[in-house]
Amino acid sequence: MSTLEQAVDLDHAIVARRTGPSLNLPALIRRALVYVLLSVAAFVSVFPFLWMIVSATNASPDIVTGKATIGEALLTNVVGFFTQVDAPRIFWNSAFLAIVGTLLTLAVSSLAGYGFEVFRSRFREKIFGGMLLMLSIPFAALMVPLFVMMANLKLINTYAAIILPGIASIFIIFYFRQATKAFPHELRDAARIDGLKEWQIFLHIYLPVMRSTYAAAIIIVFMANWNNYLWPLIVLQTNEQKTITLVIQSLSSAYYPDYGVIMVGTILATLPTLVIFFVLQRRFVEGLLGSVK
Amino acid sequence: MAQARLGRSEQINGWLFVMPALVLLGMFMIYPILWSLWMSFQTGRGMNFSFGGIANIVRLTQDPVFQRALTNTFIFLIVQVPIMLVLALLFAAALNDSKLWGRSFFRTAIFLPCVTSLVAYSILFKSMFANDGVINDFLLAVGLIATPIPWLADPFWAKVVVILAITWRWTGYNMIFYLAAMQNIDRSIYEAARIDGVPAWARFWHLTVPMLKPVILFTSVISTIGTLQLFDEVNTITAGGPSDSTLTLSLYIYNLTFKFMPSFGYASTVSYVIVVLVGILSFIQFVVARDRR
Repeated sequence: MSTLEQAVDLDHAIVARRTGPSLNLPALIRRALVYVLLSVAAFVSVFPFLWMIVSATNASPDIVTGKATIGEALLTNVVGFFTQVDAPRIFWNSAFLAIVGTLLTLAVSSLAGYGFEVFRSRFREKIFGGMLLMLSIPFAALMVPLFVMMANLKLINTYAAIILPGIASIFIIFYFRQATKAFPHELRDAARIDGLKEWQIFLHIYLPVMRSTYAAAIIIVFMANWNNYLWPLIVLQTNEQKTITLVIQSLSSAYYPDYGVIMVGTILATLPTLVIFFVLQRRFVEGLLGSVK
Repeated sequence: MAQARLGRSEQINGWLFVMPALVLLGMFMIYPILWSLWMSFQTGRGMNFSFGGIANIVRLTQDPVFQRALTNTFIFLIVQVPIMLVLALLFAAALNDSKLWGRSFFRTAIFLPCVTSLVAYSILFKSMFANDGVINDFLLAVGLIATPIPWLADPFWAKVVVILAITWRWTGYNMIFYLAAMQNIDRSIYEAARIDGVPAWARFWHLTVPMLKPVILFTSVISTIGTLQLFDEVNTITAGGPSDSTLTLSLYIYNLTFKFMPSFGYASTVSYVIVVLVGILSFIQFVVARDRR
């Protein structure tokens, strides 16, 4: 508990500094401890990323013996990756699944989130309550029946099988319903008086006004789709259709995994989400928090 | 009532907006979960099955592999979730200080692990925790250990690696929720308590924690659901080994269905164990949170 105490005691230190030159020794020590704690946490958090980059320049035997300095094998690893796997194809697969999946999820789920908030009735509230309960159904409980269902529908090895179960996302429906509470209904009333139909109001007024909600939702859904592993692992069984996540996993589960090559793949798999995070950091965090507000 | 105010066309429109999502949820969530319930009473292999009553439940009680998977999952849950949430709370408390130098750097660094895919970071951990890997090198160099720890070859240490990995990936995620909630707390409450001579730990325990209770509840529920479904990490880092010491319920369901001759009925029974556990644990968490008000 003592470190917690020190962390919280920052308030104390600030107040003390504001009120006068009473920055005494214990406060200084506390402050130093907070910096030590945060520095260690930051280092531990960032280290695997540095490890990934450094390892991409080393040969596999060096990586598993802990060589933590830049090596000369980067080119070999890159060439190795592009010869061992059909990289353009795999990236196309991942990108296609993530983009189409995200667009469909956003379309269907935002429509429902808007619908639940704007057209309320007692009956619909009950359905919505039931949906929130379903939020806690774990995917592990769905994967077996979904697999059998997809097999019966002859959809194994198709992208439809991957995308379909995720389109109606309770989480995103909930997110949009919450966000719609802030949508001014004067806008809707005015549009109705102007004779716009309900779908026109949604498309021409709601959509542009809610741009930032959509942006945050797109980031969350895209990330989830891009990184998805278990369901594609079950449904995609041929190499031509595999995603980058499946490919780096299968490379790493070889008996003698070539870590140099795998690191190149891991960097390429992480890059898109990393770029999205740094470019749209604020939206990213807003999207995360949106569900609890 | 709201229902009376809704016109007929409004009613139809309302249903049209939510219908696509409801149809998809019915097909890919409600139908599979009911099918799975029915399947859990069937025995047999592949698509040849017959009604077995409680035969699968009896099998659960006699299946040592299931019991090991259940125990492992609980160990991960009981050890990892509290460590992660306490760390997240600690970091959030330290970062909730507008005067802290380098605040946004620390926040970004600690949050950074969240952008990696579960498979990608698992591969990084697998390579870092190799027998002669960088982690052992570091621990030997600073003198914390005299001989290398067999991280992935020893049942105990393999669990430790999985726990470290999940903690690395999700602490920053939970921290963001706490930080957002802390920023909504009125600072004057702390100053009043401080002037009244309430010590720092008491301010944290009696002011911050009660006010964060809804968020702590939220994060512990989602972490519990997440841990009960743990799959990507164990499948990538240890593949459930050594000797099933990191086998989780999800991995066992996967093995039952896709590794061996599929046993859909029994796999469904195991998956219902997860559903029931999620239900019970979420309920307990809600009750505990209410009583401690």
